[in-house]
Amino acid sequence: MSTPSTPPPLKEWPLWEVFVRSKQGLEHKHCGSLHASDAPHALQMARDVYTRRQEGVSIWVAPSRAISASEPNDKPEFFEPSGDKVYRHPTFYDIPKEVGHM
Amino acid sequence: MSASYLLHLADNALILGQRNAEWCGHGPVLEEDIAMANNSLDLIGQARLLYQRAAELVGHGATEDSLAYFRDVPDFLNYTLLELPHSNALLPTASSERDFATTIVRNFLYSAFMVLVWDKLQKSHDSQLAAIAAKSLKEVRYHLRHARDWLVRMGDGTPESHTRAQNALHHLFSYTQEFWTPSAHETAACQSGMGIDSVSLQADWNAIVDQALQDATLSRPAAGGFVSTGKQAVHSEHLGFVLADMQSLARAHPTATW
Repeated sequence: MSTPSTPPPLKEWPLWEVFVRSKQGLEHKHCGSLHASDAPHALQMARDVYTRRQEGVSIWVAPSRAISASEPNDKPEFFEPSGDKVYRHPTFYDIPKEVGHM
Repeated sequence: MSASYLLHLADNALILGQRNAEWCGHGPVLEEDIAMANNSLDLIGQARLLYQRAAELVGHGATEDSLAYFRDVPDFLNYTLLELPHSNALLPTASSERDFATTIVRNFLYSAFMVLVWDKLQKSHDSQLAAIAAKSLKEVRYHLRHARDWLVRMGDGTPESHTRAQNALHHLFSYTQEFWTPSAHETAACQSGMGIDSVSLQADWNAIVDQALQDATLSRPAAGGFVSTGKQAVHSEHLGFVLADMQSLARAHPTATW
């Protein structure tokens, strides 16, 4: 029951971003977002919404408001300068066959 | 007799799975809608495995489908608790809004019990049932976690959610007496080593329930009065409506395959 010292009940649940690791050794990847009242709740909901088809072995959730995003308007100065610098890709040497997939 | 025990377990899973599936498309929020559908698919999956095993013992060409879709109310052996609508006490012909607190309280009371049942059944002398128990235990542990979490949120939530959770407890609690009232098929299955003595689980169940109710600031109602008899195939008026909904398609097209 709510008492004067507790915060008022939430009318809207905050938004959470969900990250799922598909198997051990791989990184967590962003897969979507959902509404939940707190972190444990968001984890359970993420389990039900995003891992029903064996997508994951680990879940992270983070409040969406904690994420700072780049602005679409920043695209020219943020991203376009790297467009003509193909030498930054490690594609200019041969990988020996024995190394296999890298 | 041993088939009856398997049918009891299978009917429990199927009927609660069917009831919880009524939330599909109607959940209080999208995420919860999906969670409830997951819960139902777990339960219906358990029912399928149990019916397949039961069909071997029943013989005479029985299949999982014939056991699920072509038996009638007096053949079903599920707990009465699991066939009740998602609302407070209701006449079978009356309709009411689905009450999520009732759903959560029922799932909590039942999954707290089944966590204990499946754990013990892992040692069943029937190796197939033991394997089904091991699989189901993982699923029902999550069902318990999900329902308990909501129970605490509701009980320790707003005056409205607290009242709804407490009302649902008052309505449903007496039906749990059926857990502790052995039927002939349970006693026989226990003696043969296939089944377990559910009465021996009562103290552990009380501990799970009492701790959750304390966390939820809810009070435990006194169980008493009429002891329901669904597992002995004497049901409430509600089961017929559940079966009508669930079986009508299969009965209209009895030879259909998909």
